[in-house]
Amino acid sequence: MTTTTAVVTPPVTTAAGPPSPQGTTRRRRSSLRKRLELLLLLGPATVLFVAFVFFPLIAASYYSLFDWNGFGPLTQFVGFDNYAKALGDPLFQGAIGHNLFIVIASLVVQLPLSIALALLLNGKIRGRTGLRLLVFTPYVLSEAVTAVIWLSLLQPHGVIDGLLEGAGLGGLVQLWLADQNIVMFTLFAVITWKYIGFGIILFLAGLQGVPEELREAAQIDGATGWQTTRLIVLPLLGPTIRIWIFLSIIGSLQLFDLVWIMTLGGPAGASTTMASYLIDRGFRRYEFGFGSAVAIILFVVCFVFALFYQRFALRRDTQGALTGRVE
Amino acid sequence: MNTRSIRKYVAVGAVAAMSIGALAACAGDGSGSADGKTTLTFWHNGTADPILSIWQDAVDEYEKANPDITIDVVPIQNEDFATKIPLALSSDSPPDIYFNQGGGLLATQVQSGQVADITELTSDWIGDLGAAAGNWSVDGVQYGVPYASQVVGFWYRTDLFAQAGITATPTTLDELNDAVDKLKTAGIAPIAVGGKDRWPDAFYYNTFAVRECGEDVLKKGLAEADLSDDCFTRAGQDVIDFIATEPFQDGFNGTPAQQGAGSSAGLVANGGAAMELQGTWDKSVMQGLTDTDLDPLLGWFPFPAVEGGDGDPSATLGGGDGFSCTQKHAQECADFLEFLSGDDIQTQLVESEVVAIPVKEAASAAISDSVIKSVYDFNSDAAYVQTYFDIALPTGVGSALNDAVANLFSGQGTAESVAEAVAAAK
Repeated sequence: MTTTTAVVTPPVTTAAGPPSPQGTTRRRRSSLRKRLELLLLLGPATVLFVAFVFFPLIAASYYSLFDWNGFGPLTQFVGFDNYAKALGDPLFQGAIGHNLFIVIASLVVQLPLSIALALLLNGKIRGRTGLRLLVFTPYVLSEAVTAVIWLSLLQPHGVIDGLLEGAGLGGLVQLWLADQNIVMFTLFAVITWKYIGFGIILFLAGLQGVPEELREAAQIDGATGWQTTRLIVLPLLGPTIRIWIFLSIIGSLQLFDLVWIMTLGGPAGASTTMASYLIDRGFRRYEFGFGSAVAIILFVVCFVFALFYQRFALRRDTQGALTGRVE
Repeated sequence: MNTRSIRKYVAVGAVAAMSIGALAACAGDGSGSADGKTTLTFWHNGTADPILSIWQDAVDEYEKANPDITIDVVPIQNEDFATKIPLALSSDSPPDIYFNQGGGLLATQVQSGQVADITELTSDWIGDLGAAAGNWSVDGVQYGVPYASQVVGFWYRTDLFAQAGITATPTTLDELNDAVDKLKTAGIAPIAVGGKDRWPDAFYYNTFAVRECGEDVLKKGLAEADLSDDCFTRAGQDVIDFIATEPFQDGFNGTPAQQGAGSSAGLVANGGAAMELQGTWDKSVMQGLTDTDLDPLLGWFPFPAVEGGDGDPSATLGGGDGFSCTQKHAQECADFLEFLSGDDIQTQLVESEVVAIPVKEAASAAISDSVIKSVYDFNSDAAYVQTYFDIALPTGVGSALNDAVANLFSGQGTAESVAEAVAAAK
């Protein structure tokens, strides 16, 4: 912004006397232009944001106060009954539980795994580029494609079962998607397969920001490889880890595509997530008022989490960018 | 102003104009009739041949005969209808003609005020369609026209039955259980069911209820969404007992009904299971999932009689497919639907085996396959055809019923839980 102003407004370097009235006009014109520029630059984004984010949000919170099947006028005002009903429904409570399971399992399993693999792929090993490409491939696939692929692999007597039996591990074969006690673990494995590549790429990029000199210095001081990693590399990877955690938790809370295609939230609600519950109720049962209430709950959960996380975890990472202070 | 900033302003202006234009484009979308031509939008669920071409050819023919009408054909995946219709009916521009299964689903849609009353527009000819048309009327008002009737029964593999030593198709529940045992002994999965989609599970509860309940109790229970009568509890118990005999394929709760070779239809089509309780359309679905010609391999028998039940053993679960009109072009739509109900198109539907039970009796002459003929005759002789419960009930209640039955298939719930779920969703 500042650069442009500098270019278009030449500094007033008139040799003679006090600033001429022409200069004031020019300044006024310049402030008008600045406003126009702001309007043109922010206008479209604001219009889109209001039309597709803000307005639907307001509309949904309004609908959520009614018992409404999506047709005709909103007549049956029920206050916060929809919210009470949703939070009291064991199926929705289960859905929250399933989301939390994915959140925690991702942090416990995916985080260490992707850091470890990134460290491994950062070292000088043969075929590094090929390996990097390989781990990143699943992430390029859309969630729908991933779901369809795994759906066919996980069929009873399907490819996965065949592989396990061929390896003499027939005893491990499960009804991957049909067993209520297994299905969440199956889904988590597929999610990990898909998103591990993203974490690895992110951490690889983060590792490039760790100065080689520091590691060398540590080595000279006699630090072991593990000590260097633990005391130098990981702390410097902090900002990347915090961003990954943020993205992972938001993604886990909003989990939908994979579940909807692979299990439709079944069997018997054993893999229902907040988002799949919302679609099921809203569109399959025509309970649009109730569905809106669920949507608002999901929004509030994500929003509150995002706010707190920004405030307490991401603050030091984003301080420079958001406040304009360059340190 | 230097060139660089001018260029920037032009670019920003263009982006702004485009986004405003894009927003404006969302607002107005009326079907133009400025030149005296009327454009009708036609949403159907025949996304694959042969029915896709049948509808397209019919539209072409109709447009030729009516030069002032243009019909915009939009085939939509069947499963997508559930989400698209409520949105379309709450907008300003719903489709003029759209696919509909009648019953309580239609009654729910009528509440939008967008579905057209075509009672008078169809009164001259709707009588030719017989009893089937009744499912498209709500409180005596005609809101749609069917093109096919369906009944639910067991499709089975004659070769696998022979292999297991089953000589006659089961007519009682005991005989069915017997057949299941024989198939299991022969190492064949007896029955395939698409438990992932839930509605195929509900077919079992629904048919057991048709067998356990007298007609009046059944009709009253569904009309009032009150399944508290003892016969519905018995139906729930029948389902639990039947599941306990383990008649289904491995992992049936994760199996879809119609998508791919791993679906329940695909299993029967490829010999992976011996039978499936499904609607009449299932034969064409199965044929689409295998290269083998199924004509000599498939047989059909109605759901067996249940001892001690109050229901007529010749009654059956069923329903139909049809179309509804919306307000704006109701007259043109009704005229088009009369054309679709003609003997000619009905015959085409029967010949392609997409439709086993045409709504026009004349078209039944085109049935060539003896199995399809037996299905047709069964429907003609049925004491009555009870609409699928999820379609007969208001939409929210119907889905709740399907979910509750699906829970029974996952071992959750009791004989009363379906009735309880219906009462809670009412």
